[in-house]
Parts: sequence; C-alpha cells; structure tokens
Amino acid sequence: MSRPMTGAQIVLEALADQGVEHIFGYPGGAVLPIYDALFQQDRIKHILVRHEQGAVHAAEGYARSTGKVGVVLVTSGPGATNAVTGLTDALMDSIPVVCITGQVPTHLIGNDAFQECDTVGITRPCTKHNYLVKDVNQLSTVMHEAFYVARSGRPGPVVVDIPKDIQFAEGNYAGLSNSQHKSYRPAVEGDEAAVAAAVELMSNAKRPIFYTGGGIINSGPLATERLREFVRLTGYPITSTLMGLGAYPASDKQWLGMLGMHGTFEANNAMHDCDVMICIGARFDDRITGRLDAFAPGSKKIHVDIDRSSINKNVRVDIPIVGDCAHVLDQMLRAWKAKNLKVDKPALKTWWDQIDTWRARKSLHYRKRDDVIMPQYAIERLYALTRDKDVYITTEVGQHQMWAAQFFHFDEPNRWMTSGGLGTMGYGIPAAVGVQMAHPDSLVIDIAGEASVQMTMQEMSTAVQYDLPIKIFILNNEYMGMVRQWQELLHGGRYSHSYSEALPDFVKLAEAYQAVGIRAEEPSELDDAIREMLATPKPVIFDCRVDKHANCFPMIPSGEAHNNMLLGDDLTDDDLQNAITEEGKVMV
Amino acid sequence: MAQPGSAYSLQTTVEKPETHTMSVLVDNEPGVLARVIGLFSGRGYNIESLTVSETEHEAHLSRITIVTTGTPMVIEQIKNQLDRLVPIHSVTDLTVLGHPIERELAMVKVAGKGEKRVEALRLAEAFRAQVIDASTEHFVFEITGRQSKIEQFIVLMQPLGLVEVCRTGLAAIARGPEQM
Repeated sequence: MSRPMTGAQIVLEALADQGVEHIFGYPGGAVLPIYDALFQQDRIKHILVRHEQGAVHAAEGYARSTGKVGVVLVTSGPGATNAVTGLTDALMDSIPVVCITGQVPTHLIGNDAFQECDTVGITRPCTKHNYLVKDVNQLSTVMHEAFYVARSGRPGPVVVDIPKDIQFAEGNYAGLSNSQHKSYRPAVEGDEAAVAAAVELMSNAKRPIFYTGGGIINSGPLATERLREFVRLTGYPITSTLMGLGAYPASDKQWLGMLGMHGTFEANNAMHDCDVMICIGARFDDRITGRLDAFAPGSKKIHVDIDRSSINKNVRVDIPIVGDCAHVLDQMLRAWKAKNLKVDKPALKTWWDQIDTWRARKSLHYRKRDDVIMPQYAIERLYALTRDKDVYITTEVGQHQMWAAQFFHFDEPNRWMTSGGLGTMGYGIPAAVGVQMAHPDSLVIDIAGEASVQMTMQEMSTAVQYDLPIKIFILNNEYMGMVRQWQELLHGGRYSHSYSEALPDFVKLAEAYQAVGIRAEEPSELDDAIREMLATPKPVIFDCRVDKHANCFPMIPSGEAHNNMLLGDDLTDDDLQNAITEEGKVMV
Repeated sequence: MAQPGSAYSLQTTVEKPETHTMSVLVDNEPGVLARVIGLFSGRGYNIESLTVSETEHEAHLSRITIVTTGTPMVIEQIKNQLDRLVPIHSVTDLTVLGHPIERELAMVKVAGKGEKRVEALRLAEAFRAQVIDASTEHFVFEITGRQSKIEQFIVLMQPLGLVEVCRTGLAAIARGPEQM
C-alpha cells in the first residue's frame, strides 16, 4: 500500500510504523520541515536536548535499557558533527540507533552552503551504515531499512541524511514489508557441528570458565535466561566484561565478578589458568586480555559471536560459532542435554577450591576511613540504600565508572548503561535522561565524576524541562581521577593538568538549573544525604566529596598478564613505581 | 629484541605475510567504493591493486577485485570486515580457491627514433602488445597479461624511450565452470 505525502510526513509515518514513541533531537534550518510535521501530530514525542551529542547518548540509554532502537533527529552541519561522538560510542558498544540528519537542499550539496557538511562522508566510519536520500520515493524504504540494519546482527548506529528539498517533496509512502534485504542477512543459528564440538569440549573441561559480554544483553532476555540455565546446569564459574554486567546475577555464588584491567583477582586468575574458555558475546578487547602472548595460555577457547569479524581478531580461538547468543546458547543447551553430557565433578571441585583461595584475597578490599568518604564506600552505601528499588545506573568514564562496576552489583540485564568501547566522558547525564524517559517510574542514577559530568552538564536542563527525576551522584575528588592514577603510576607523579582548580559549586549549579543540590562531606552524613536524594521527586545533583587520592584497584598494569595484578591494600610506593615496565609505559 | 609487553595488543606471533586476490560483489551505489577503501585505510590494511566496474547492469552489481597483503589472521579479518558492510553481497578469496586467472591491461607510451624505435616495435610484437596510437616520433602500446609480463615489458621499454605508463590494476576470475 502506498500513499502520497511529503518527505517530512514520510519520516514520521515510518517512525510510527516502526513503533517509535520517543525521539531525541534539536531543531535547525535543514530539518524544519520535519519539525513542522512533528508539531502537527501526537503519536511521536520529541525530547529537546541541549546538545546533539546528548541526543545520541540519550537515545543510547533509551535503547540499552529497553532493547528498542533509539532515535535521534538533528540538523545539518554542526548538528551532524556534534552527533559524531555519540554515533561512535554507539558503534563501539553495539547500540541500535537511527539518527536522522537534515541536509542542505540537493542542488546546494557540494557548494559549501550554510551549515553544510559531508554527513555521510564524516559518519561513514562511525556508523554501521548510512544513507543520503536523493529521491523522496526511496525515503520510506530507506527509513525501514535503517531500522532493520540498526537492530539486526550486531546492532549499531545508522544515519539517514535527508536534504531539505526531499523533506518538502511529495512522494509515496510504502509501509513495512516482509521482503528480505538484498545483501545484509546476518546468521543467527550457529553451525550444529561446531555446537556439538563445543559442548563436548566443555564437558571434558577440568578448569572451565564462562566469559560473557555485552552481546548477551543485546541479544535480549532469552539469551540471559539460557545463559543462566547453562551456567547453573554445568556449575562452571562465570565472569563478564564491563558491558555484560547484569546478564548473570552478581549475587549468585558462581559469579566471579568483572574481569579485565580492573576486574577481580579471582576472575582474572581463573581466566589465566582455565583450560576451557567459553566466550559468549564478548570480543577479547585489549582491556580484557592484557598482554596477548600471556593471555590464558594453554586454554582451548570457544567463541560465540554474531559478528564474524570479532572472531580471531585479537586472539585465535579453537571453536568459533557465528550466531546470535540466544539461539546458540539454546542450541548448546539442547546438544548438552541430548548427549546427556556430564561435568567432571572431582576436577570441578578442585577448580572451585582454587578459585576460593583467590576469592579469599578479597581483591576489592579498601581501607575505610572515619574522616573522609572513600569513593568505594560511597558506592557501597548507594547500592545498599537502593537495593529494594527498581534502579537503573548510568555512568560517566573514569575511576568512578570502575568503582561502580566493582561495588554496585547487578542482578538483571539492561540495568547498567556505560560507555565501554569508546570511553566517552559525558555519557552519563544524557544516557540517564534517555533511560528515565523510557522508565518514568524507576530510579535512574548517573554515577559520575566531577570532571566527566561537566562535559554534558547542560542536559540537566533537559531533565528539568521534562520532569525527569534523574539523580547525578558525583564522586567529587577534584581530579580527573583515572588520569591522575595513570600519572602516579606511569609519569612519576607529575600531575599534568589533571587537577580541576575551578570547580563549580555543584549545589548552586543544581539550583541554577532549578534542580536540587545535595552535598555530603563526612562519612557520618552520607546515608542521610543519600536517603534525602532518593526521597526527592526532582532531578538531583549530589556532590559527594570523596578522598582525593584513592586509586582504583585491583589493576592489571600495562604490559602484564592476568595473573600479575596490583592489589590495593598491600602496595608500597616502590611497587607502584616498578609496576609497569619501560616498554609498557609507551602503551596506554 | 625482548617482547615489550603491553595492555594493547602488540604483535606477539610473527606470521609471514601472504598476498591474496579477492573478488567482492557490491551494490553499484554511491559511496560503496569509499566504504571499501575507508575500511582498508581505517584499519591499516594494504591495497596493492584495486579495480572496480559494474558487471551486472540489470542487478546494479559491481565487482571489485582487490589484491592485498597481510598475515593469515589479517587476511581473515579483511574478508570478515568486508563481508559485514551492508551493500556487499559476497567476498571470495580467489587465492584460496587456487591460482585464479589474473590479467591486467597497460598502455605504454614510448617516444624515439631510429634503431630504438625499431627495437621497441620488435619487442612489442614479441610481447603481443598492440599499437593503438602512433606518430613518426612515438608509439602507444596496449598490452594485456599477467602482472609479471607487463612489468617485464615496461622494464624493457625504459632504455627505448619510455614516456609514461597507465595500468588498470588486476582483474581476476576463478578457474572452472562454477560461479563465485
């Protein structure tokens, strides 16, 4: 069925047919026809952000907390270039986003027109795919294809660049169709022979470990369900990347905590000493593997990933399985049961005994203090006081992000929104806006640092405008903490430009935005202050003054293997100075 | 040299680089070549030769032939990275299929008089190069063949008054009756 309408109406019709309820955007000359069409309808609600980067992060938070595609609408030129950081972030973390950009009229393209930029050229390497629509009759097909590409296979951001004359032009709207895409058809089922070989290898394992990632979350609730069933069925230990937190409940006894550079002692040692690694929906990123030639030596590796190019990219694996996590886990479970496979119980007992000795090191231990709030303590208290609540956490990037990952425990997926791959400071506030929009009655907290939070602070204004009661919980140590930590370890304690000398008064800043500001300076007042924040039905900026010199441990130093970690409580100054080799210092 | 360890992936095993010829079937649409080339430059892969032309007009399909070098792991990455680009229909590693038929066309301009001119013409005949333009002072030869043959011809023309060369880059197809 096709109906004539303007390009701008086609865009909104396609969004409605795709089930879109909310879009995040900022108007400008080259998208005015679409904003005009938005004004004349009430199916789609538009959230006006304060900067286009914020629009994309908000759409990411919306997408990651709901499993839907996040939608962004921005203008040409600076609107598009401001969106680039968010698009790259979504690409690195595989978040489905459709970003509609206005473009100067077709006849002006290439003329250096006002607010013109080569949007498809600029966004080509930072999107999964992009389109420049030059024919209004192609617009609906392109819109539907954009949603298909964004959510299928390994999800990612897609840009649709629409010149202004195309938005005005009349054309035919084609609704959803069931026709297959001509070239992009990612495999979802895994190869049965590989699945059979994988479960066979797993059942013979003496020291197995599940290593899971964001792919489980992206795959959806079924993947989480099957993963939990499989892990419990086998009794094997499980660890996860930063992006995969929540897929397996952190309160379960088989959970070892996060792995990688700031992962737990038990998770990293178990990875190093395992004989069978079952990697599902993770990609052997450098923050996970540490030194590659010392990564899990002597282990056989199974790798399940929907993106074939993730396989054998950094680490050679023995059994690759290309497919969707939920489907492949289902296949593995069925194969395991059909063959009536058993685990090697005595070996597994020995393995767990070994893991328990690593656990006994209590690698997340830190020294509590009475005179100053330790940042770890602040997150522990935040976690304790929100346990009975329906809570979603976003973060910025840095020490606070790692402490949040270590000390705030997730039992469910889609509750943890963080910038993992790109490491974008400023992600947290706009992401919280997006999450709160999707879950208006839930508690949404951005665990932040005072440096990151200033990068997108303007989105507080968005939160106030739409009555989104997000809580910005700032661990304020007056430093770019992770930069300072690296300077301490790598650059002889020369703290080059990592100290913020002129911080705003965050309480007054909150008030200036017509939000609520709360400050806690002493451990004794922390709990009450957190309770006050939770009881406030408005956006809150919480200025939590923490120890200025706390470092984030445990840590795998640059150039080291998983079994050579720095632990926090037994470090001397000499250890810190000698922790990283000269060669390691060259690399970040 | 001792292996400098690092949190970033340094090359830990030194594999020998291999040269592979790939045939990539793509939608003939604006920007598709930029996607392929951008992938190679963005991820640091080599392009030794790249040719592209529409091969199926009705279906709007173009065929790109790429010659690239890399370690076996990088070659595998290149294929997988290309394969996940949305407008790419298929990626075939012709080298893995076994000794593909490879041809290149070159146009070679040679200027000279007397003995050198005669010698150039004689060599061109030996190489089955065609004369496609000529005056009393120059020839333009068209030569088709494997790259080694073309390179050899160019070397021979050098002392005989070689002016300039234009080459198409490699076109390649798999042997046997099957479609790729």
